[in-house]
Formats: sequence, C-alpha cells, structure tokens
Amino acid sequence: MFTAKKVLLLISPGLLFLVIFQLIPLFSIFMETIQVGGEFSLERYGDFFKDPYNMNIYFRTLRIALISTLIAVTLGFPTSYFISKSNIKKRGLYIALAVFPLLTSPVVRSFSWIVVLGRQGLVNNFLTSLNIIEEPLSILYTEAAIIIGFVHLFLPLMILSLVGVMENIDHNLVLAAESLGASKLKAFLKIVFPLSLPGVVIGSVLVFCGSFTAYTTPQLLGGSRTRVMATLLYENARTLNDWTTASVIATIMILTTMAIITVINRGAKKLNPKG
Amino acid sequence: MNETNKFLTFFTMLVYTFLIGPLVIITVTAFSGESYLSFPPESFSLQWFFNIFQVDMFVRTFRVSLEIAVIGTVLALLIGIPVAYALSRFDFFGKSILSNFFLSPVVIPMVVLGYALLKFLVINMGIPYYRGLLIGHTIVILPYVVRVISSSLMNFNYTVEEAAMSLGCNRLHAFFVVVLPNIRSGIIAAFILAFINSFNNVPVSVFLTGPGISTLPIQMLSYVEYYFDPTISALSVVLMIITVIIMFAIEKTLGLTHFAK
Repeated sequence: MFTAKKVLLLISPGLLFLVIFQLIPLFSIFMETIQVGGEFSLERYGDFFKDPYNMNIYFRTLRIALISTLIAVTLGFPTSYFISKSNIKKRGLYIALAVFPLLTSPVVRSFSWIVVLGRQGLVNNFLTSLNIIEEPLSILYTEAAIIIGFVHLFLPLMILSLVGVMENIDHNLVLAAESLGASKLKAFLKIVFPLSLPGVVIGSVLVFCGSFTAYTTPQLLGGSRTRVMATLLYENARTLNDWTTASVIATIMILTTMAIITVINRGAKKLNPKG
Repeated sequence: MNETNKFLTFFTMLVYTFLIGPLVIITVTAFSGESYLSFPPESFSLQWFFNIFQVDMFVRTFRVSLEIAVIGTVLALLIGIPVAYALSRFDFFGKSILSNFFLSPVVIPMVVLGYALLKFLVINMGIPYYRGLLIGHTIVILPYVVRVISSSLMNFNYTVEEAAMSLGCNRLHAFFVVVLPNIRSGIIAAFILAFINSFNNVPVSVFLTGPGISTLPIQMLSYVEYYFDPTISALSVVLMIITVIIMFAIEKTLGLTHFAK
C-alpha cells in the first residue's frame, strides 16, 4: 500500500509528461486518419497507396532500409569479430573510433558524403584525373547515395551491438570444439555465429528502423529527386500543409516500424528457441 | 590461421577507412582557399573558420541549441531520475509495462513525434515553437536518462540506504545523501548523452522550428541548400572538436566500453 503510493508519486511526473506530450498527440493524429466525415473509414490509406508516386516512395524506403541493413551486417560482422578478438588496449581504440562518428552530428556526417560524392568531390575528381570518365558522375541524389550515407550512419551501432555480444562468448567453447576435431571454420560457424545472433538481431533492428525513419541523410543525399517516407512527411506537413496526408504517412511509418520490430524478433526466436 | 587473420585485419581497416575517411576529407576542405567546395582543394586558408562567426544565424542558433539541450536535459533528469529509482527500487503491479512505456520514445520514429507535436501542440493548441521544441527534445532524451540511471542504480547496494534509514534518516533525506552521490557518475553520463542527442537532433527539430526560432543543425541544413562553400566544413571541424572533448568526458565518467553493452 505504502509502496504503491511512493511509486505513484515518483513516476507520475514522467507518466503525465509522456501521456500528454507523446501519447495524446500520436493518438489524435491516428484518429484523424481513420475518420472521413465523422465515420470510421480506411479510405485515406487506400487513397495513399493508390497513388503510384506514394507507393514508389514507400517501397523505395523499405528497399533502402533493407539493403542498408544487409550491408551493415556484412561489414559489421567480420569487423566486430576482429575487434572482440583484439587485446583490450586496441579494442578500446577501435570502440572509440566507432563511437566518434556516432556522437558526431548526422548533418556533418551526411555532408561529408556530399564532399566525397559530389560533382567536384573526391570520387569524381579522382576518376576524371585518371581519365576513366570524361563527365562527372551524378552519384548524389540517388538511392545509392542514401544507402552509402545510411551505412556510414548506422554501421557503428551494428558494430557496437555485435562487439557487446561477441565479447561475452566463452572462447573455451571454440577451443573445445577444435580439440574435438572441428575445423576453425566449422567451429566459427557452429559456435561463434549462432551465439552472435542476438547481436545481429539488435543491430539489424537499429539499422533497419533507423534507415526507415531517418530524415537528415535522405534530405541531404537524396534531395527532392529521391524522396523517402521521412522527407515525404516533411514535404506534406511543412511545404504543402496537407495535414491529412501527413497524418496518414506518420501513421504508416509507426505501423511499419512496429511490424518490422515484431517480424525480426519473431524470426530471431525461431532461429534460437532457447532465447 | 594467419592468412584469415591478415584478411580480417585488412577488412577491418577498410571498414574504418570508410567510417573515418569522409570526416578526414571534410576536415581538409575546411582549410580550403577556394570559394566553392571541392576535394582536393588547390589552396589553403583559414577564412572559412572566420566566416562561421560572420554568419549571424550560426552564432544565434548555436545559442538556441545549447539552451534547449541544457534545459531539456535538466528536465529529463528531473523527470527521469524518480522514474528510474521507482523502477529499480520497488516491485509493483504493471512494472514491466511502465518500464517499456518510459523507453517507448525510442521506437517512435522521431519525425513522427516531431510532426505530432507540430500538429497537436503548435497548430491545434497554439503553443509557441520554442516550448514545443523543448518538449520534443525532452521526450527524445528521456529514455537515455531512464536507461543510464537505471543501470547505475542496479549496481547500487540498497542495504546502504536501509542502514541510513535505520539510523534515523527519512527516505527522502537518505536518497539525497546516500543514493544520489553514489550514482553521480551515472547522472553525469546521462547528462552528457542526453545533451549530445539533443544538440545534434534534426528529425524532431525540423518540425518544431518556425519563424525566428531555429537550431544549429537545422540552420546548417538550410545553409547547405543555398550555399556551397567550405563554411559548413569549418563548422563541422568545430563540432568534431567538441565531440572529442565530450568523448573524453564520457570516458572519465562512464567508460566508452559502456557503449558496447
């Protein structure tokens, strides 16, 4: 009884704050999207997906997030394994070098890719000076540019999630497997890989949801030519003042994020019934 | 064995070149003597660093970002510390639901939160942009505060608190003289993480900036839209130096390895 009172006293400011400023605003924009003329209707969602322009952007956003996640796992897994096997001093340095970009402003990090990929950028100047190309390539404002930006933005999160899990793998298990006749590769595939899966799952959720909803990178590297859901939401709300469409986009983004988290977590449970 | 290790070392170095390379390149262009951005620059000068201070909007929005980050972080600590304490000290009905609820801002897309606050608070309720911005930032950093403080409270031995109370301290007094000093480094770490997340935030801020009110990252975004000179590179270098200082502060309080947990 006394505990309940104390708990209520302690959490009520936080609870009220989140209910008033998060739950109610989100709920109110959701309610707008399922009503047409005061009656329940899913018409607005139908309208949104009937438009090929919107459909295109929705699937582009999903595609970009999926490819970015796959690349981040591919680059992150070997790197994290290397970091987790290195000695403590070096490991500290590698983690610091991964944390540094993470704490650097996303505007700075995306902008750095404009300098690398732009018309007068590193890639184009290098290729033209070698006479490989005559005209500078247009890499900016494409899906590829956004994907490069996302991998750069979220790879540190993947590396940190994986290193955290890999560090805790008991190396004696690998030694035991090898002493029982398993090859290095087999020991890796049968022991290190499955035990790292929780890290892959956490990392993938972070990268996928991050890429699906990020604003800065697609704004700078995709521009108005390659819109994604986040920049489309911004355009509808702040440029076109089309609040209905904006609310529909916002709700679709939340529902998709939730669905993705559920799917990845379910998949992870199937892969690892014990976890 | 050695060959796979060599390959792995090489692969890791490539990945780190990819991560750090663009930041090195942007640093080089900050010292460019050209009036447009290109790499490699043909001449060098420090003019772009001086230009940061010539652009009045950068100075002004830097101040706004600083202000919002400090006030938002203090607010999040005031709300978050009692929550973290309640969640780690007591067992009660609905605890896991509540704990998930307090971490929920992490799974809500930030652009959606920014949009919802713009629509509901600013447009419908007529609350000024500045306050909306502050509320948005506080929500975004609240989960960091709750999580970091909770994890340092988990390492705290509550028998010390009970000892203080059995010696005549009331609970509130015991909290301030026994519990708080013991989680000091957790509070400092939460402050730093919350501060940097607020200071760098774009997706919430982009919806909650309006006439006369903007933050530094938003100002940088709109500058890039209209100008293509190395001022942003110079500003990036300044921000990266601040990041390095912050990393040293984190290393001293929480340890950078905390990030790999």
